[in-house]
Amino acid sequence: MPITYYIFLAVIIFSIGVTGVLTRRNSIIVFMCIELMLNAVNLLLVAFSKMHHERLMLQDPANITAGTEAQLFVFFIMVVAAAEVSIGLAIIVLMYRKVHSVDINFLNRLKN
Amino acid sequence: MNTFQIAFWFLSALAVFSSLMVITRKNPVYSVLFLIITFFAISGHYILMNAQFLAIVNIIVYAGAIMVLFLFVLMLMNLNKESEQQKNKYLLWSSAIAGGMLMVLLIAALHTSNPMVLQQPGAGGIGLIKNLGTKLFTDYVVPFELSSILFLSAMVGAVVLGKKGE
Repeated sequence: MPITYYIFLAVIIFSIGVTGVLTRRNSIIVFMCIELMLNAVNLLLVAFSKMHHERLMLQDPANITAGTEAQLFVFFIMVVAAAEVSIGLAIIVLMYRKVHSVDINFLNRLKN
Repeated sequence: MNTFQIAFWFLSALAVFSSLMVITRKNPVYSVLFLIITFFAISGHYILMNAQFLAIVNIIVYAGAIMVLFLFVLMLMNLNKESEQQKNKYLLWSSAIAGGMLMVLLIAALHTSNPMVLQQPGAGGIGLIKNLGTKLFTDYVVPFELSSILFLSAMVGAVVLGKKGE
């Protein structure tokens, strides 16, 4: 598979996530679209890791761990995403307790 | 068309279709379920690219833990019946067009006529736990320990936020 196919797939999923963030008013779905964007980026990082690995293996066949860094980056992105989800959902639950809605149109009341 | 290409196109179509369903379904529970399907498709892509460890972690952490958390909060709020109100019809269309334009722009910008081709889908062992773990616990041990502090602070923050105030 050419690497551009993976780039296009990741771009399409990322744009779907952006569109979801812009169109939907339910804050949980907005949050899920952010996860979708994170996963598109992860997919692209893994594809580049594979590409890098294949290119370095041609030059130096002994270096079997070439290109591992991108997969570790994906691992750390997952770590950060898990922490982010726990905090974000706690904030959404708190907001629901206050205003009895998860509609982000109500969030402009935060300034008062 | 070999098996690798068939699997690639099938998983890509599944991922795009189910992520479209995520943003178009009215009921949030269906959105969560379609997002789980998207994550499984992306895990399939990881397996095709020899990232077996990441594929398993993706299923366990994303499709398992995070999505269950989403579903749990969603069930707790009982939002299934009520439909979200959309203030402005033009706002919806303009944001959909903006997202589509972003996609067209990025595809046009990243398109190259002479791309690198990924060969040997089943070769190479960079995705195995042995190689990843060696790298993680030698070169990246400081970020690994920092991520444990991040998790601790996230846990404390969630507990503090979830507590009944006053």
